[in-house]
Amino acid sequence: MKLLTIFLLCLATTAMARGTYQEPANFVNDVFDNSPPAASRLWITKPLRNSITKILGHKPDSLRVRYWGEGKKTAWILDEIGKEKPITVGIVVSDNKIKRIKVLIFRESRGWEVRHDFFTNQFKGASLTSAQSLSKPIDGISGATLSVRALTKISRLALYLHQQTPFSHDSP
Amino acid sequence: MKYQGLLRHSVLMATLTATGVSHAAAPAPSLEELWQVIQKQQKQIEQLKSKTQQTDAKVEATGEILEKQVANSSGHGSKGKTTIGGYGELHYNNLEEGDGDDIKEIDLHRFVLYFGHEFNERTRFVSELEVEHGGVQADGSTLDGEVEVEQAYVELDINDQLSAKGGVFLVPAGITNETHEPPTFYGVERNPVENIIIPSTWVTGGAAINANFSNGISADFAIHSGLEVPTTGGSAFRIRSGRQKISNAKANDLAYTGRVKYTGVPGLELAATLNYQSDISQVSNDGADSATLLAAHAIWSRGPFTAKALYATWDIDGRAIKAADGDKQDGYFVEGSYKLRSDFGVFARYNDVDGVRVQDEFKQFDVGFNWWPTEDVVVKVDYMDRENDNTSDRDVDGFNVGIGYQF
Repeated sequence: MKLLTIFLLCLATTAMARGTYQEPANFVNDVFDNSPPAASRLWITKPLRNSITKILGHKPDSLRVRYWGEGKKTAWILDEIGKEKPITVGIVVSDNKIKRIKVLIFRESRGWEVRHDFFTNQFKGASLTSAQSLSKPIDGISGATLSVRALTKISRLALYLHQQTPFSHDSP
Repeated sequence: MKYQGLLRHSVLMATLTATGVSHAAAPAPSLEELWQVIQKQQKQIEQLKSKTQQTDAKVEATGEILEKQVANSSGHGSKGKTTIGGYGELHYNNLEEGDGDDIKEIDLHRFVLYFGHEFNERTRFVSELEVEHGGVQADGSTLDGEVEVEQAYVELDINDQLSAKGGVFLVPAGITNETHEPPTFYGVERNPVENIIIPSTWVTGGAAINANFSNGISADFAIHSGLEVPTTGGSAFRIRSGRQKISNAKANDLAYTGRVKYTGVPGLELAATLNYQSDISQVSNDGADSATLLAAHAIWSRGPFTAKALYATWDIDGRAIKAADGDKQDGYFVEGSYKLRSDFGVFARYNDVDGVRVQDEFKQFDVGFNWWPTEDVVVKVDYMDRENDNTSDRDVDGFNVGIGYQF
């Protein structure tokens, strides 16, 4: 019993699973060295809605997306459901490539491994191909298929949305 | 002076045109009058700007309200407190047995519905109701299936790092026992090692804790109802026949399961499970006593290639089970798969099973493909060749076709 108690205490102090790892506002502050620009909003018009639906595999459930932009860099806070609950992710896109991606809030009961750097580091430098796929392969995590899928979709979405802003040199 | 004259003339013309006044209809306005007109127009521009800003603010406010309403919508749905999901699979088996009996069947192998409810952020209910092989008649006759609760537990987050659950849940052992939705694995039928040695789907009742370490290691520990393996009849000492289905399940001897899993590198999973039960038949002194299961597996995915390997072995004490050569039951499989496209993959698997019954001792080779028309729907085709260790009458070969889904 004593051993079990010690085991539980160790787990309680060292383990991480569900929870808020960083407040979205703090993530944005970090990205812009504590002086973020005013938030901009991208309204999801019909052409955008169609493209987003193709990327996510379902219709977006918001009317606009908030982001922060400066130079050729944009920061996004996006949600996507893994199995049942939305995973909140912060993504920075610079020069049309993913510069940083971080799981901010994880609410699912499985698939928590996607929050670790060993997984998210794979996305760095990825861009969007003409088929709206990521330019580099992402190795999945067994038993976390749906969470991996959610993060991959969010990455593709952030790259696509970045292209729709004035902060992309490919902006239409 | 020349340019001032031109400017005056241009402004005059524009103003007169805009106001619809012609040269002939009225005398030319003075500079003072023109200035007043410009001032008036400037004021109108400012008012329009202000109105545009107000309109933008109203649209933004409307958007926020609509989004909040969507986010706060209660009832079922992906963002609601109660969620519904499920999976299912239909199989067509066309197999030939060594004794001349053929198996040609179409079977709704599984039809499963999930219901989940979130009481609050830290407390949730998870359930899985399964109908197998098309279900049952009211009197239990004719149809060859069953209806069972595979999961029904309440999970509580003790803190952000540790959770506990109580109820009916799946034993944390092997690859497919906890993750068995058809689009997640190759082969129409699940691999035979996780059928005969690890009796998937292995459902149990009890309590469990789960923790996830920050370095990619997770740990589970469960105290739960044990197996009740029969000691007589055609299925004597068969592990799979010991599943109790949590229907007034005997709990004379509880079981204990611990698992450690490592997923600290993308694409890699290593796991080991230890299960112990002090009396696997739930009856003292009947020749089948304490039992220990050790199961270990590895999964390695790199790009389109995935390799899986699993080994499981039972070590069971007791004179009767030893006499029946069932005190050690084990098996392993190795599987390689390759995705030729994102929606199409091929696989090959070799299985070696050593159970207690004559028909449960064999080597089996499977090869086939999966096609995912969408990521949550799969069509499967495979060929299997089973060679029995004891008699060619129990050899089986043929092909299987299946369609499965999850949502």
